[in-house]
Amino acid sequence: MDRAELITLLSSRLGSALLSTEEMKNDDSMLVVDRKQLVSAVGTLKNDPALGFSTLMNHLGVDYQDRLAVIYNLYSPLHRNKITIKVYLDRDKPEVPSLERAFHGISWYERETYDLLGIRFTGHSNLKRLLLPEDWEGHPLRKDYVYPASYHGIETGRPDLLDDTAAPGGADV
Amino acid sequence: MSKYSSQEMVLNMGPHHPSTHGVLRFILQTDGEMMVKATPDVGFLHRGIEKIAERLPWQSFLPYTDRIDYVASVNCNLGYALAVERLAGIAVPEKAEYLRVIAAELSRIGSHFIGFGALLLDLGAVTPFVHALRERETFNDLMEMLCGARLTHNYIRIGGVSQDLPGGFREKCLAFVDHLEREFIGEFNTLISRNTILINRLANVGVISAETAEEYTLTGPNLRGSGVRFDLRKDEPYSVYDRFDFEVPVGTGRYGTLGDSYDRYFVRIDEVVQSCRIIRQALGQMRVGGEIRTKVPKPFTVPAGEIYVRTESPRGELGFYLISDGGRNPFRVKVRTGSFSAMTIIELISQGVMVADLVAIIGSFDIVAPEVDR
Amino acid sequence: MLERFNIVNRFSGDADLVLTTVDEAVNLARANSLWYLLMGLACCSIELMQTGGPRADIDRFGSLFRATPRQSDLMIVAGTVTLKMAPRLRRLYEQMAEPRYVIAMGSCANCGGPFDLSYSVLRGVDKIIPVDVYLPGCPPRPEALTEALLKVQEKIKKERYFLKKEA
Repeated sequence: MDRAELITLLSSRLGSALLSTEEMKNDDSMLVVDRKQLVSAVGTLKNDPALGFSTLMNHLGVDYQDRLAVIYNLYSPLHRNKITIKVYLDRDKPEVPSLERAFHGISWYERETYDLLGIRFTGHSNLKRLLLPEDWEGHPLRKDYVYPASYHGIETGRPDLLDDTAAPGGADV
Repeated sequence: MSKYSSQEMVLNMGPHHPSTHGVLRFILQTDGEMMVKATPDVGFLHRGIEKIAERLPWQSFLPYTDRIDYVASVNCNLGYALAVERLAGIAVPEKAEYLRVIAAELSRIGSHFIGFGALLLDLGAVTPFVHALRERETFNDLMEMLCGARLTHNYIRIGGVSQDLPGGFREKCLAFVDHLEREFIGEFNTLISRNTILINRLANVGVISAETAEEYTLTGPNLRGSGVRFDLRKDEPYSVYDRFDFEVPVGTGRYGTLGDSYDRYFVRIDEVVQSCRIIRQALGQMRVGGEIRTKVPKPFTVPAGEIYVRTESPRGELGFYLISDGGRNPFRVKVRTGSFSAMTIIELISQGVMVADLVAIIGSFDIVAPEVDR
Repeated sequence: MLERFNIVNRFSGDADLVLTTVDEAVNLARANSLWYLLMGLACCSIELMQTGGPRADIDRFGSLFRATPRQSDLMIVAGTVTLKMAPRLRRLYEQMAEPRYVIAMGSCANCGGPFDLSYSVLRGVDKIIPVDVYLPGCPPRPEALTEALLKVQEKIKKERYFLKKEA
């Protein structure tokens, strides 16, 4: 079905959970979903036979400067449709329910988002850091992150032979 | 028979180990030789590529996409370039599309050689690995003729490719493809694929059913080894893949159960043959003259918006989620790789297998560390 | 015909003695049997494998790959070293027996390379271990790695343990 029909069908099935819709490039549609009704909305999307979004393609977190967001890309192998779900979160206390029970494969994606952005997923079975060492401080993908000057006694900066002030992280291009 | 009281041992495998998948660490809880659980510990090659992308202009990020999956770097370049072009609305000339397909399929062949070569090396068969490296040297020569680099090619540009085919490339490429399809794969199968020892080590080991594979978002040859015929080149065709006639091999459970490690290994051998067919057709259909690159405005900016584009890389689905705020640098780049999903399933299927089988299972997924860690 | 390959018969018939210093003989043996530790971390590890492969074979120089540091005298650090991996690299270096040598292969091991812009990368492996030969390239060709190995051999042949020069 084409995108306009799909969006109408989604609006009717999701009801108040759907805050806004938008058409995206690459035959995609962006749905902004309410954080409190996320789990039930995803359950409808997955189990309703007319929708059938049973495959999770991708999950990520974003730091828009004023607030954070989590994004899920879903795909329906039955009807060959794809949608993008976005949930906006508060910057001071970013929390969102975990979708581990619906999609088993999302477990590591959520751990990575917690590691790099500091978004907590309530109900996750093992929310620990994944890519960075256990004792790392800070969440690097945030826009206000400052690179550390040393880690366990190793200086991270390298003295620039042409420049006296050595800034860790290299010069900005 | 007296009962032995055994305690569980916690062993550490990695991050430095003689396998060629890169720096991965597994914490094994074993009861003697039987595994209770294997917990992967990743992040030893986390280089922060997604943060680097926010500091560089759009085109300058292309060499970093090479390093996401260094054995199949043209496929990663292609994924990123496609995503940027679709977001910015840039059309690519037809000749460049054919050149992209030829380079991407050659890269797929080269990657599968390392893929099943590394699996065989892990199992202890050293000779087939050296055979695979010998063929990969010819692939390195071809790519060096084409773009000047042996490993991290950086061949694709936003709007096209960087170089045209040099003289002598067409003949050499056709000779290579003929040699692979007609001589090498048959000889390789006789040498190792029908070997009883290999079959005993790989068949019925690490069986993943189609439902489990889809639940854990497995993609690419790992998913096709479980019998699911889904290939992005056929189901969501991009570039000019819809003009070629090729098949999508799936696992058949020929020596064991459907979805075991042998199926995942043999799917890759079949895919090499199919890639040879695609390259031959592409070289035949491509015209000699033509533009290879669309001019893009300087400074290059992309209109604000978000997009998710996925392509078929040798390890699975490679997806790029791009967010642009209209500036010279990307606002956010997320790289979704096939090996990351394959790592999540290891904890599940490692229960109740022996430690030696765990090595075979990890090898059959064809995991490279930078795809997991980025 | 086989006499060509027999070093003793290279000299004339009655001279079957070779005179040299102990240092030179021992260094010759050490330089031509450098066993290297497979420290392949990232992209340079593929070029390291190709260098040990069929075309640019470094086995002809006597070099063999070993998986354990206890059996190797050369460590070829091939690839990016992250801050998470750095303590483990140091521990592996300390497990090697002396005399031991290090080749920093590729830009990432020399100075951080293209990942200098990152937050979690060690900018150069010489921050934690002493390096003998720096090999630039991204990745360096097998011929370049062979040249680096020859430079380490040159370094070994100049060492003096038995006959110390007066200061």
